Amino acid sequence: MLAYVIRRLAYGVVVVFGVLLFLFLLFFMMTNPDDVARKALGERVPPEVIEQWKVNHGYDKPLFPSSSNLTDNMLFEHYRRMLTFDFGRSDADDTLIMTRIREGMGPSLALTVPLFILSLGVAIPFALLVAFFRETYIDRTGVVLSVLAMSVSILLYIIGAQYLIGKLLRWFPISGFDFDPQLVVRFLALPLLVGVMSGIGGNVRFYRTVFLEESNRDYVRTARAKGCGEARLMSHHVFRNSLIPLLTQVVLAIPFLFTGSLLLESFFGIPGLGAITVDAINGNDFSTLRTMVYIGSLLFIIGQILTDLSYGLVDPRVRLE
Amino acid sequence: MLEVAGLTTSFPGESGEAARIPVVDGSDLEIAGGEVLALVGESGCGKSMTALSIMRLVPKPGRIVSGSVRLEGRDLLEFSVSAMRQVRGGEISMIFQEPMTSLNPVTRVGDQVVEAIRLHEPVSRSAALERCLELFVQVGIPDPQARLRAFPHELSGGLKQRVMIAMALSTRPSILIADEPTTALDVTIQAQIIRLLRDLQRELGMSILLITHDLAIVNEMADRVAVMYAGRIVESGSRLDVLARPRHPYTQGLLRSMPALAPPDERLPEIPGVVPPPGQWPDGCRFATRCSIQVEECRRCVPEMVAVADGHLAGCHLVETGQEPGGEA
Amino acid sequence: MESWVVSNVVVALIVVGVAGLAWFGLRDRMWSQALGELWCRRRYSVLVIAFYVAVALLDSISWVGGMEAQSDTVARYKAQSILDRLFADTRERSYSAPFADREFYGGAALQRPGSHVLGTDIIGRDVFYLSLKGARVALLIGGLTSLIAIPLALLFGVSAGYFGGRTDDLVFFVMSTLASMPGLLLLIALIMVMGKSTLAVCLALAVTSWVGFCRVSRGETLKLRELEYVCAARALGVSELRIIFRHVLPNLMHLVIITGVLMFSGLVLSEVVLSWLGIGVDGSWGQMIDQARNELSREPIIWWNISAAGSALFGVILAVNFVGDAVRDILDPQTLRQGE
Repeated sequence: MLAYVIRRLAYGVVVVFGVLLFLFLLFFMMTNPDDVARKALGERVPPEVIEQWKVNHGYDKPLFPSSSNLTDNMLFEHYRRMLTFDFGRSDADDTLIMTRIREGMGPSLALTVPLFILSLGVAIPFALLVAFFRETYIDRTGVVLSVLAMSVSILLYIIGAQYLIGKLLRWFPISGFDFDPQLVVRFLALPLLVGVMSGIGGNVRFYRTVFLEESNRDYVRTARAKGCGEARLMSHHVFRNSLIPLLTQVVLAIPFLFTGSLLLESFFGIPGLGAITVDAINGNDFSTLRTMVYIGSLLFIIGQILTDLSYGLVDPRVRLE
Repeated sequence: MLEVAGLTTSFPGESGEAARIPVVDGSDLEIAGGEVLALVGESGCGKSMTALSIMRLVPKPGRIVSGSVRLEGRDLLEFSVSAMRQVRGGEISMIFQEPMTSLNPVTRVGDQVVEAIRLHEPVSRSAALERCLELFVQVGIPDPQARLRAFPHELSGGLKQRVMIAMALSTRPSILIADEPTTALDVTIQAQIIRLLRDLQRELGMSILLITHDLAIVNEMADRVAVMYAGRIVESGSRLDVLARPRHPYTQGLLRSMPALAPPDERLPEIPGVVPPPGQWPDGCRFATRCSIQVEECRRCVPEMVAVADGHLAGCHLVETGQEPGGEA
Repeated sequence: MESWVVSNVVVALIVVGVAGLAWFGLRDRMWSQALGELWCRRRYSVLVIAFYVAVALLDSISWVGGMEAQSDTVARYKAQSILDRLFADTRERSYSAPFADREFYGGAALQRPGSHVLGTDIIGRDVFYLSLKGARVALLIGGLTSLIAIPLALLFGVSAGYFGGRTDDLVFFVMSTLASMPGLLLLIALIMVMGKSTLAVCLALAVTSWVGFCRVSRGETLKLRELEYVCAARALGVSELRIIFRHVLPNLMHLVIITGVLMFSGLVLSEVVLSWLGIGVDGSWGQMIDQARNELSREPIIWWNISAAGSALFGVILAVNFVGDAVRDILDPQTLRQGE
C-alpha cells in the first residue's frame, strides 16, 4: 500500500512538471513578450519602456538554459516561480497575482463547495430513483428530461434565471456578493440554482447508467434470492458498489466546477478566482491566466491522487495491492 | 411439496409486447419433501429460467404469463411482493452457477450471510454471526473464524460456493434450488461440492432442485430426473427409470453422448444440431428438427406426456403409439 | 485562388466524402442494419439534423456576382451563399418585432413590413436569417474539430495500445498532462495565444477534446491486440502497419462514429461559452445569445433574438444528443459507458 501511495505521488509530480512544460511552451515560446508588453502599455511607447517592463516581469532572459548559464533563464525561472508559488505581477495592471488569488479564494470556495455538494446531493437521489423504476415510464421520462436539461447551454440557464427569478419575480438579487452570513445566502441562491440545474441532466444520466450496470450484476440476483427488498437492494448493495465509478466521475467533475464557476462568478458578480480569470482574458493578462491554469491543474491532480487513494476505502479489492 | 404446473415465462419479441416469445412453455415439475430432483438439458433449453420463475426472479422485461407454482399447496405466483420476499431465502433458497460474481464484492462474506439470516429472523447481529460460524463449519470452510471477515476476492471459487451454500442454508429452507452449482469449478472441487450438497441434503432432510447438464452428477445425486428440451419437460421419472430405461429420443441421445457410457475408441454419438433459440421452436414436437426417428405426426402436433411405467412419463408420439425403438442403453 | 472557390471545393469534397461513406455503409450489412435501426428509433431527430445540414449546405455554396440589383453595394462584390441570396436586401434600420410593420422603438415604418418572421436585431438584420446562418457555424465547429481531434486521438491511441512500452508511456504522459488542465481554462489559454479565428477555436477545442477518445481507442487496441486472429496474423509475419489498417482500425470504426456524435454537442456548447468570453466564432448562435443578452434589460424587452438563437441551438443539440444515445445503444452497449 505504501509503495502504491509513493508511486502515485511521484507520478503526480511528473504530471505537474508536464503541465508546467506545456504552459512554458504556450506562454513563453508561442507568445512574444513584446506583444504582451504593448498590449499592457499601449501601442506607442518607447522601446526603453518596453525593455524595462520586460525586465520587471521577467521576460528579458534567454528562453533555455545553456552550459554556461543554468539558472538565469526563463525555463528555470518559470519552474522555480510556479513550484514556490511566487507568481509575480499581473501583466495587465502590475498587482501581485498571489494577493488577488488570496482575495478570490474565499468567494470561490463559498460558491463551489456548496455547489459541489448540492449537485451530488440532488443528482444521486434522482438517479437512484430513476434506476429504481427502471423500464417504467418514470425511468423513460427521467431519461428524456435529463437529455432535455443537458441540451440547454449554461449561458441560457444563467440568463433565464437572472431574468425570471432575479428580475421578474425579485426573489433573489441578480448579482453581487457579501461575506455577511445573511446576505451571502441570498447572493449565492441564484448561482447555486443555475449551477445545479446546468449539471443535473448529464449527472443523472451518468449515475443512472452506473446504477443500472451495477444492478444487472450477479450478486444483485443473489441478494434478491435471499429475500432482499428492492429498496434495501439499491441502498445496501447497488449504491455501495457504484461508489467506485461514482468517485471517478466526481473527481472528473472538479475541473468542471472550476470552469463552471468561472461563468457563474462573472455573471453573478462574485469576486472569485473565476472572475479573476475572466478579467485576465479581457485584459490580455497572460501571467494571471497561466497562473490560473496552473492552479486549476494542481487542484485537479491532487484530487485525482486523493481519489486513487480513496478507492481503497470503498473497494476492498484495491486494499491488498 | 413443490408443484409446478403449466409454467410459462416469456420475453417480448423483436416486434415488442404483441409478440411475446416463451422461453419456458408449460413446464410441469413436482418435488416431494426430502427429494432431489435433477432438471437436465442442454444449455439454452430454459432450465435456469424455470428456476428463476419458481423464485419469481425472472429478469425484466421477462414475465411469468401463466401456470402455478405451489409450495405446500399455496400458489407462490399469487403471493404479494413482501410475502414472496419471505419465501425467497426463507423457504426456498437458491445458489448459482457463478460463485465468482454471485457474492457482493465490497461486503465481508460473514456480513452477507448475516444479512440473509437477519432478513428473515429478528435476531441480533452477534447471534447471527454465531450461527454463520456454525454454518461455515457445517459446509466445511477451513479456519471459519477468520473467513467470516474475508472479502469474496480473498476466497477461491470452491470456498465462495461453500459460502453461497452456507448463505442458502442459513434459514433452514425446505427447498434448495441449485442452478449448475459446479459448472464454473475445477473437476476436483466439483466432486467436493456435490458430496457436500448430498451430505447436507441427507442431514437436513431438505429437497433440492438440481439444475445441471452433467449426467454424472445426476447419477450421483438425484432421486428423480426431469429432462427439459426447448422450454418443455419431455421426460420425467425416477433416476433409474430415466437413466437406465430412457424412452424419449432426446434423453436417449443425451445418454449416448456421455463418454462413460460409450464404447471406447469410438467417436461419441452426438445429437446433431443445437437447441433452436426461443421463438424458432417448431410447431409439433420441439425435438422433431433433430430427431432421427421422427414420423409425420411429430411435425404436426405436440405430443402428450404419457406414463410409460409407474411414475415415468415421456412426451413422444412414438412412445404413445408403442413404435419407439425402446429403451436400450 | 479566391477564398470562396476554396470553400466551395472543400464543401464539395466533404459532400462527396460523406456520400461515399454512406454508400459503403449501406453496402455493409452491419452498418446498414445499424442505420435502419437508428431510423426506426430516432426518426424525428435524424430529420431535424438533416434540416440543419441542408441549411448549412445552402449557406456553404457561394459565388460572386448576380447581386447588382441590390441596394447593398458591398454585397455585389463579395461572395454570397445561396442563403444570403434568399435573404438579400432584408435589412431594416433597427429592431422590429416578429411580423411587425413598424420599428419596435420609435415606430418608423419598415421597408419590408410583416416579412420578418422572427423580427430584426439592433442593426436591423433579419433574425431568422441569422439563426439559419448559425447552423453552418455550428456544424463547422463540430465537424472541423472532430476532423482534427479524432484522427489525432486514433493515431496516438492506437500506437500507444498497439506498440506499448515507451510509446505507451509517452502517450499516457501527454494524455494525463492535458487531462489535468481544466478544459475551459486550457481552451482560453490556447485561443488567446493562437489569436482569435475560427481555425484557432477549432484547434483549441480539438486539443482539449481528443484525450477522452484517445484513452478509449488505446484501451480497445490493447484488447484487439490480444485477440487470436491478430496474434495469428502476427505469427504469419503480416506487417504491423497492415495489421493496424486491416484488423485494428476497422474494429474501432463504431467507436469513432459514437464519439463523433457524442462530441458534437459538447463542442457546440463550449463555443457558446467562448463566444460569451469574446473569443468565439463569428456568426455563431453563441455570439447571437451574447449580443442579445443585454437587450433583456431594455424596457420593453427584446426577446425574439435571444429566443431564436437559443431555440436553434437547443434544437440541434437535443437532436444530436438523442441520436448519440441511440447510436451508442445500437453500436456499442458496453465500452463507452464507463469513464465518459
